[in-house]
Amino acid sequence: MSERVAVRKTYKLFIGGKFPRSESGRSYLVQSANVSLASRKDARDAVVAARAAVKGWAGATAYNRGQILYRVAEMLEGRREQFVALGVPADEVDAAIDRWVWYAGWSDKLPQVYGGANPVAGPYFNLSAPEPTGVVAVVAPEQPALLGLVSVIAPAIVTGNTVVVAASPAQPLAAVTLAEVLATSDLPGGVVNILTGKITETAPALAGHMDVNAIDLTGVTDPSLATELEVKAAENLKRVLRPAPADHDWSADPGITRMTALLETKTVWHPKGT
Amino acid sequence: MTATATSARSDLSGLGRSETALRTFLHGLPGVDQVGAEQRAAQLGTRSIKTTAKAQAIDLAIRMVDLTTLEGADTPGKVRALAAKALRPDPADPSCPHVGAVCVYPAMVPHVAEVLAGSGVHLASVATAFPSGQAPLEVKLADTRAAVAAGADEIDMVINRGAFLSGRFKEVYDEIVATKEACGDAHLKVILETGELATYDNVRRASWLAMLAGGDFIKTSTGKVPVAATLPVTLVMLEAVRDFRDATGRQVGVKPAGGIKTTKDAIKYLVMVNETVGADWLDPDWFRFGASSLLNDLLMQRTKLTTGVYSGPDYFTLD
Amino acid sequence: MFEYAPAPESRAIVDIRSSYGLFIDGEFVDGEHLNKSVNPATEEVLAEVTWAGSEDVDRAVRAARKAYEKVWGPMPGRDRAKYLFRIARLIQERSRELAVLESLDNGKPIKESRDVDLPLVAAHFFYYAGWADKLPHAGFGPDPQPLGVAAQVIPWNFPLLMLAWKIAPALAAGNTVVLKPAETTPLTALLFAEICQQADLPAGVVNIVTGAGDTGRALVEHPGVDKVAFTGSTEVGRAIARSVAGTRKKLTLELGGKAANIVFDDAPIDQAVEGIVNGIFFNQGHVCCAGSRLLVQESVAEQVLESLKRRMALLRVGDPLDKNTDIGAINSADQLARIRELSDAGSAEGAERWSPPCELPERGFWFAPTIFTGVTQAHRVAREEIFGPVLSVLTFRTPAEAVEKANNTPYGLSAGIWTDKGSRILWMADRLRAGVVWANTFNKFDPTSPFGGYKESGYGREGGRHGLEGYLNV
Repeated sequence: MSERVAVRKTYKLFIGGKFPRSESGRSYLVQSANVSLASRKDARDAVVAARAAVKGWAGATAYNRGQILYRVAEMLEGRREQFVALGVPADEVDAAIDRWVWYAGWSDKLPQVYGGANPVAGPYFNLSAPEPTGVVAVVAPEQPALLGLVSVIAPAIVTGNTVVVAASPAQPLAAVTLAEVLATSDLPGGVVNILTGKITETAPALAGHMDVNAIDLTGVTDPSLATELEVKAAENLKRVLRPAPADHDWSADPGITRMTALLETKTVWHPKGT
Repeated sequence: MTATATSARSDLSGLGRSETALRTFLHGLPGVDQVGAEQRAAQLGTRSIKTTAKAQAIDLAIRMVDLTTLEGADTPGKVRALAAKALRPDPADPSCPHVGAVCVYPAMVPHVAEVLAGSGVHLASVATAFPSGQAPLEVKLADTRAAVAAGADEIDMVINRGAFLSGRFKEVYDEIVATKEACGDAHLKVILETGELATYDNVRRASWLAMLAGGDFIKTSTGKVPVAATLPVTLVMLEAVRDFRDATGRQVGVKPAGGIKTTKDAIKYLVMVNETVGADWLDPDWFRFGASSLLNDLLMQRTKLTTGVYSGPDYFTLD
Repeated sequence: MFEYAPAPESRAIVDIRSSYGLFIDGEFVDGEHLNKSVNPATEEVLAEVTWAGSEDVDRAVRAARKAYEKVWGPMPGRDRAKYLFRIARLIQERSRELAVLESLDNGKPIKESRDVDLPLVAAHFFYYAGWADKLPHAGFGPDPQPLGVAAQVIPWNFPLLMLAWKIAPALAAGNTVVLKPAETTPLTALLFAEICQQADLPAGVVNIVTGAGDTGRALVEHPGVDKVAFTGSTEVGRAIARSVAGTRKKLTLELGGKAANIVFDDAPIDQAVEGIVNGIFFNQGHVCCAGSRLLVQESVAEQVLESLKRRMALLRVGDPLDKNTDIGAINSADQLARIRELSDAGSAEGAERWSPPCELPERGFWFAPTIFTGVTQAHRVAREEIFGPVLSVLTFRTPAEAVEKANNTPYGLSAGIWTDKGSRILWMADRLRAGVVWANTFNKFDPTSPFGGYKESGYGREGGRHGLEGYLNV
């Protein structure tokens, strides 16, 4: 009996809930597969998709967003073996699943620990509440390919932001496979967009884009590139998240700072009187 | 003055004489809380209408349909076919009632009139530079008179939304009064174009304005802007006609139009009529649906109830 | 006339056993004293349920203690969270079954059990599941600890929802529980026990002991419990407070209410009328935070009453399983007798009584929606909690008078304000002595929002971040 010939998967970009090839028609060989090599135009398209998704996602109830993030955890659990087959250690997959659960629970709690009533000296109701900043560009860490990626995406979107993520160039397969999980988790199209390819090509386009509200430089290892991106980001005063270059301990309790870095605080005043 | 039952009927006829009086009155109407109104509408939408009640509702809904075509591409042949369908919506079933009216552009009125003559199906024409209303008043009135002269016994006019939104209530009022006069014996339906009025407070004010000016019906929409009839908008309008009758003794009809495509939708509206204004409005004289594709869905559901099997669109005429 | 044909929800979805034991240490165990649980809409016996004696209670508390010490207490919050998420999902998946059973056992309309109770129950577990691994962020210090074993006694008005309000935060914080549902509505709690089994929740973490007052007393007075949470009447709450005095048991009480629903002359009238109806007729008025006192500004009183009566005439009273029923059955013969007694007192004291024409079923426990006008602060119907579909209407002239009347009660659970003026809402809210103030809405609940009373409506809060405090050693 002859051995079955496998059907191989095409690894494409993830933009607006769809899986297009790069508009440039380019790909690069990595992890024994041809992966789309995203262009600046792909980055632009991804920002358009992310912007279009902001209204619905930020406007969804926190409960709804929490349910969807938990659904991502459920779907990821179901595809555990698939990630292991891509070379992701099993305990990393488990940690990634748990991370979705951790952040899922934050959707309706962060405003309760990060907002609140302000006792102003006067007859006024005064309440501060966090709101998402909008579209966030994220350079994902080189590794761990799955846990690192989840650890930067989940805190950005749980509060209502949408993201354009530049995936790890050397290990993009986990990112594209995660996109397949996201696409089947009731997550609205455009909330997460994933670009594979060169950071040096996509990140400057995202950092300079005037319709991006914040940028997370976690995955930028080259200090001079990070500075260049910060300078570009300054043009429209993007919020910049640039963690210390020291090794991240992705297995530690993530805390809440990754969420709060990508929020605005809105304070409402209203008089009290008859 | 507030908008519910009072033992003494109010004389509101003088309001239209002054911009200030109109404004004071309309701004004195009770506000509409958006969240509460939408929740009430959604709640009514959960009523479960089954078996005999459903059969009754479907036949009533068919009788309330203003079967409508308002396209630049309309031709005499197209509107005649539509009129024929209005008379006998389901040729296979003689027990199926005819619709309430056929609604067309003024130029199409004569062609429809030939078909409908003596049938009891009303002939409605849009007028007043439908759908935008952006024409000189004389043109709008001429449009109205022409439609009536050609045989329309119902006129669907549009209000001047620009004037309304900039607070020129008397201008809106005067146009409705003039159009009503131009209608002669024809019934006047006043289209508020609620999708452009933006708030329920505005819908309530525009409803009262149209009724004070003499409209026989208030209608939600032209069907030509993105947001057409919705349940909460219709709820606010039903509350307005209820309160107006309490205040003045005159009953005004309501016509949601646009976007009502399924039997399920139509039944939700009937439930809302039933539980907001009651049986007095559950009649084609007082409630209509401005729709086109709704009729075939009503017919399909009607067949399902009588035969017990789900039908398909191939079995109903596409006119 | 448009008459709605009957639209009954199928009861075939739920499989009721003929008799139920107690749920102790992960298993159903047979008890000795069986009592009937009836459908209040028909008086049909639904099942026989064990009434736990003090030995049964003792076994349950010991099972809870063991589970606390060996399994649940030491378990990482992350894993407790996963169990609670599982339970939330199972409730979502089996929601229709639970809703039908709730309506059968309680008498509430299916549209409420289906559209209000069950979604809130699932959401409550979902919300507190998320807290289990985030306790250091809850504002009670870096490493807050659970209390141990919680004794929880809940009422019959929202059987499953009250269970969720009790069990979800307790488990999230790391406690184990022994819960006693009300004697007239035990069935959904027992189905919940099956869900705990289905979720593979470790044995002993949740124990359900059914029974009446004696069972409840044995539970709250058991020396092995560290926490007592009670929802029910102020009278029983007071007795519990006395009984735990000196024991260092932490106590949460959610008790009676006599809420004022205050309507100003600039209110959105149509929505206010809906809010009044929802405030008092939701769940047959079996709601501790019901808006049972309508305070309406004199200048619109006549208009509001006329609209209210017109609206009340549309309420559909009858078969709880009919999807179009607005008002179901009164939960028990005892409760019906109490509603009748207080209503008769209202008439005897000179208030004017009105109900819409309304045909009530012959069997079962029913009471027509009723309003009393011409009520003063001195009337019993204005002071005592009726816990039924009975509204007392009073009037006021100024905001200050509204506040004064609203606060003139030993209760302080909730209040409602209806006005288009935002600053007046906030001015009123500052002065109302009530734990929940609804403005231009009423009877809204959410797992993120703390609920609980001032004064004799109890203490402690359930829901939200604050709801954790009652289950933590802080």
